[in-house]
Amino acid sequence: MTTVGAMKTSMHFLIGAFAIAALSTSCKKKADDGGGNAKTIESTGDKKAGDKPTGGSVTLNGSGSTFQKSFDEVCIEAFTKANAGTQINYAGGGSGKGRKDLGDMVVDFAGSDSPFKDEEAKNAKGGDLLYFPVLLGAVTISYNLDGVDKLQLSGETAAKIFQRDIKKWNDPAIAADNPGVKLPDTDIVVAHRGDGSGTTDIFTKFLDGGSNGTWKLKSGSTVEWPTDTQAGQGNGGVAQIVKSTAGAVGYVDLSDAKQTGLHYAAVKNGAGKFVEANAASVSAAGEGIDVKDNLTFSAVNAKGDAAYPVTGQTWIVVYAKQTDKAKGEAIKSFLKFVLTDGQKLATDVDYAPLPKPLADKAIAQLDKIKT
Amino acid sequence: MAGIDLRSKGDRADRTFRWLAIGAAALVLLVLGLIALTMSTRSTAVLEKMGLGFFTSDRWVANDNDPSQALYGALPFIWGTLYTATIAVILAVPISLGIALFITQVAPAKLRRPLVYFVDLLAVVPSVVYGLWGVLVLAPKIKGVYDSIHNAVDGIPVLQSIFGSASAGKSFMTAGVILAIMIIPIITSLAREVIETTPPGEKEAALALGATRWEMIRTSVLPHSRVGLVGAVMLGLGRAMGETIAATLVIGGSAAVTTNLFGSGNSMPAIIASEWGEAGDLHKSALIALAMTLFLITIAVNLIATRIVGAKRIA
Repeated sequence: MTTVGAMKTSMHFLIGAFAIAALSTSCKKKADDGGGNAKTIESTGDKKAGDKPTGGSVTLNGSGSTFQKSFDEVCIEAFTKANAGTQINYAGGGSGKGRKDLGDMVVDFAGSDSPFKDEEAKNAKGGDLLYFPVLLGAVTISYNLDGVDKLQLSGETAAKIFQRDIKKWNDPAIAADNPGVKLPDTDIVVAHRGDGSGTTDIFTKFLDGGSNGTWKLKSGSTVEWPTDTQAGQGNGGVAQIVKSTAGAVGYVDLSDAKQTGLHYAAVKNGAGKFVEANAASVSAAGEGIDVKDNLTFSAVNAKGDAAYPVTGQTWIVVYAKQTDKAKGEAIKSFLKFVLTDGQKLATDVDYAPLPKPLADKAIAQLDKIKT
Repeated sequence: MAGIDLRSKGDRADRTFRWLAIGAAALVLLVLGLIALTMSTRSTAVLEKMGLGFFTSDRWVANDNDPSQALYGALPFIWGTLYTATIAVILAVPISLGIALFITQVAPAKLRRPLVYFVDLLAVVPSVVYGLWGVLVLAPKIKGVYDSIHNAVDGIPVLQSIFGSASAGKSFMTAGVILAIMIIPIITSLAREVIETTPPGEKEAALALGATRWEMIRTSVLPHSRVGLVGAVMLGLGRAMGETIAATLVIGGSAAVTTNLFGSGNSMPAIIASEWGEAGDLHKSALIALAMTLFLITIAVNLIATRIVGAKRIA
């Protein structure tokens, strides 16, 4: 018994020692990457010499918006396949974290669903920032209502539902948006994000601007929800509540809504048309936006008959002045890929590509990255 | 010669040990001090804005887009933390005591070891697992139970405000149930160890006087272990108040001060974990102030516990 015990302990000890050794080497690697030394010289002999481009490899690190994460992942996979010398890591963590990390220069690029706030831009250690829009995405109003496969909602009605002015599905306001649909007498259960989120920001901006003043809870990544509501963590958490609760309604990004198999409503846009969320209606929203000179804009409540109103946007943000030549070139070619070939991958992950004129403007802006 | 050498070596070892031990103890104080310092400096922004209102206001309006319009009142989260922890303790204590007494006094010797093993196993399940079970299995199913309890007491004063209407499965009660499951193993193993220290002589004396098993437990086991049991419960309470992930997943996420067990609420650790990522500067300061409040409440609970335990020990 004791021998077995001792053996077990020593085994554990060994495994632990291996783990620590592995950890410390990976930490060392990371430290090198982050310390301004762009080139990680490949010294491990496990790669064939032919795979290696001359001069070693470049590692780019990014963090931020989870909205663009699945898109970034497919882009990174496709890009690094074609450019074996470049390694790109995107860590997610939320737009706020991305902006902070880029401001502190611990990452090479940030993903963010909203522009830097004035104060954040002032505190950014690397100087002027460049915004590259990468994609547009829809936030759905998903619901779980037996016997109702198609639902239409105006901004006013959605605002009343989400601030709990309306508590039953057969309320006259909902019926007015859905002529001919038989609505049941079910209680409405409102589901929202419990964590601070860009999705909440997009959705509340839509309600704030698109409900003719009905919406009273303002906009932001967290708002003061009524107390008889239910919070979920992440898009998946809200989708799960909607899926498992009869009468529930919540805002969920298009890809999670599709993956969970939820029904989502057609939403009335500024032109008075009810529009369903899909790649075409989101791209249409992209055509009806006013883009500023620095390529920032808001795609929520965009103009146009076919535009889906609850549309969000996301940027990759980098410094205009790149201190490391190799990294700067790598960022340029990655962004070029994202804005050209990468755009074709957007629909694969249930997002919409940028409208052509906007993508062209972004490509033209690549020259402003100085290495 | 050898003896002298050994002793001088021993002296040195003793001294080294002494300094190492002092260093370790000082490190704890240093870390605590630094935590307190960081938290108090980083929470000043919100306390300057809200004043004492931070502790008494029941409105939490983060408004990161326009911080001048923001309101930060911690009351709903202080309430949620205390309310869910109380529910958890009320549910867990009788069950834990029952298990502990069963293992030590009733169960046949053969059953004891596996029982102890399984209870301890519950303690090592990560809290996120309990949380996920709560959100995926318990919350969707339990709404019906809440509804029938609510309908049964509807119209009766007091009761109808405690067993109010449920918007869906996530609530103070659901969080309390999950927390209770999490603290049962902790309270049980401590209670079991305390109860086992009852001198066999006292138990045998009670039995010799003709006491039944229950009378023996009541007259010799419980009085002897009362102090330790209070300690066990307090540790469970501390664990319940600090639990983050499981509470976040099932508590409902509303800033509400209500006695309605079936209402949606929020707790201090849960809102800190949820909102930190996207919070602006003032919002972050408010979350740190919440952390400090939780820290102070935990210290207060521990002090009260030590008081109770200490007073009994002297008496």
